[in-house]
Amino acid sequence: MNEVLLLTAAQMQAGLRRGEYSSQELTRACLEQIERLEDRLHAFITLAPEMALEQARRADELLTAWRRQGGELPPLLGIPLAVKDVLAVRGLPCTAGSRILEGFVPPYNATAVERVLQAGAVVLGKTNTDEFAMGSSTENSAFGVTHNPWNLERVPGGSSGGSAAAVAGRMAPFALGTDTGGSVRQPAAFCGLTGLKPTYGRISRYGLFAYASSLDTVGVLAHTAEDAALLYGVMQGEDVRDATSLRAPVEAVDLSAPPDFERLRLGVVKEYRQHDIQPEIAAALEKVVRQFQEMGATVQEVSLPSTRHAVPVYYLIAPAEASANLARYDGIRYGPRQPADTLPDLYRRTRGRLFGREVKRRIMLGTFALSAGYQEAYYGKAQRVRQMMQQDFARAFEQVDVLLAPVAPTTAFPIGAHRGDPLSMYLEDIFTLPANLTGVPAISFPAGFDQSGLPVGLQLLGGPRQEALLLQLVHAFQQVTAWHNRTPPLVLEE
Amino acid sequence: MRYNQAMSLTPEQVEHIARLARLELTAEERERFSRQLTAILNYFQQLQEVEVAESALTPPAGGDARLRADEVGESLGRDALLANAADHAGGQFKTPPVFQQGGSNE
Repeated sequence: MNEVLLLTAAQMQAGLRRGEYSSQELTRACLEQIERLEDRLHAFITLAPEMALEQARRADELLTAWRRQGGELPPLLGIPLAVKDVLAVRGLPCTAGSRILEGFVPPYNATAVERVLQAGAVVLGKTNTDEFAMGSSTENSAFGVTHNPWNLERVPGGSSGGSAAAVAGRMAPFALGTDTGGSVRQPAAFCGLTGLKPTYGRISRYGLFAYASSLDTVGVLAHTAEDAALLYGVMQGEDVRDATSLRAPVEAVDLSAPPDFERLRLGVVKEYRQHDIQPEIAAALEKVVRQFQEMGATVQEVSLPSTRHAVPVYYLIAPAEASANLARYDGIRYGPRQPADTLPDLYRRTRGRLFGREVKRRIMLGTFALSAGYQEAYYGKAQRVRQMMQQDFARAFEQVDVLLAPVAPTTAFPIGAHRGDPLSMYLEDIFTLPANLTGVPAISFPAGFDQSGLPVGLQLLGGPRQEALLLQLVHAFQQVTAWHNRTPPLVLEE
Repeated sequence: MRYNQAMSLTPEQVEHIARLARLELTAEERERFSRQLTAILNYFQQLQEVEVAESALTPPAGGDARLRADEVGESLGRDALLANAADHAGGQFKTPPVFQQGGSNE
């Protein structure tokens, strides 16, 4: 493997500017690494080598001119990255992991993608995902399972499992993901990465194929908080094309000044301590609490009683929204269709045959939750409990600045572990769902390894719009720990 | 209304929901979804125990939503939008008839 791939994106940025390597060399190194490992990892649905090398060539021209004349360079100039296949990249097929969009080529860029391209990044390709981001393992993709670079028999997590495997496999220094119920943070935890889920509305969802619109966020998978800040920094901010995007002014994330640990109040969720968690994860949590204490933070226990209902609340609201959002896949405007004599049969056949099992299950669940006679008891009740959860969180963030929590009850589970038992898969999401249901930002970060050598991840949750604080804290943690620097043996083998 | 004590969805109810959702299911899928959705909805019965305020719901997180000014902007154009359609003719999407010849289908 080319040693340059072990660098962080921030180091690549510096190396490109110093002329140690060109963007084309860097891009070719990524493409060679993909060539070498893709058979085993299956991180990508679509590769874009020609587009990437053309973007890299243009980046190199700008870098050459800049070395002669100076001036301002866009922040990501010449740095390769991967994009989850639920975000539109103009001219590249976008499948959302579904047969129902096979062959669809979006004629526009998602705003998040447009902004990383404006910032000079090189798009290597589109990464694998659970169909329409519905899943926690990437096993629900219509285009095959992605494997975890730390252990090929394990899932990489999901739904941004392709992005996580690509970054952990050093195929790309960082990647775009999306997080509706944990889909950035959980794969980041399973693959030993740093994963940022911003505040609801912080990054535009224009061009993100909608799953559950009151929960969907665009996020980042990276090796370090520094790299996450770099990528988040260019994507954040208001967009007239997304009516829910925050009107807050764009804040630059400054990692140069260490956060004031002496004034930091760290909360640990009481209810989570009573939950059944893999012992190494519980131990890592207690250890990180001590490390934050040693750095000067005050630690206190916080009670969030409503979080114990996160799974039913989420799995009523998200499917209800999905049942409406996915009505657009009708075989008329995009994607393939199944032949039928009448329009209603065309809808039923196209959707019935081209949606996968989990997507159909959630559409059914959501349709039921919204159907006459059941709406108030299911969807309405879930919304009211969600509101309680928002009140619980608002109270918690009066007492503490951040909450420390597990990302998942276990490390990466074996491929097939939840086959045929969707409820057991839903229960894996218990710790990640509350940040989406309450809209607050959260960041997962590497905090150890279990006995079988799989990464252990933890997450920090902050109050609304506290991304900068979360990134600063994890950056400070990563200055005194080395978990995030480990590389899967598979990647290093010759 | 209240929840049924033990919630269950029969294959017939599953078929009814599938028709509402415009999904064609196989007999095997009706059986499977009946079993799985029953298990899921029974687990969700825990929400019944939660005491909640009956007050009006506030919008979910990030109540920053607003509409942009109603100004004509750029559009992608007809050709770009039709390019992804399974069938089109004369600048329009083409579909089979809504009704079967000789009577209402739906």
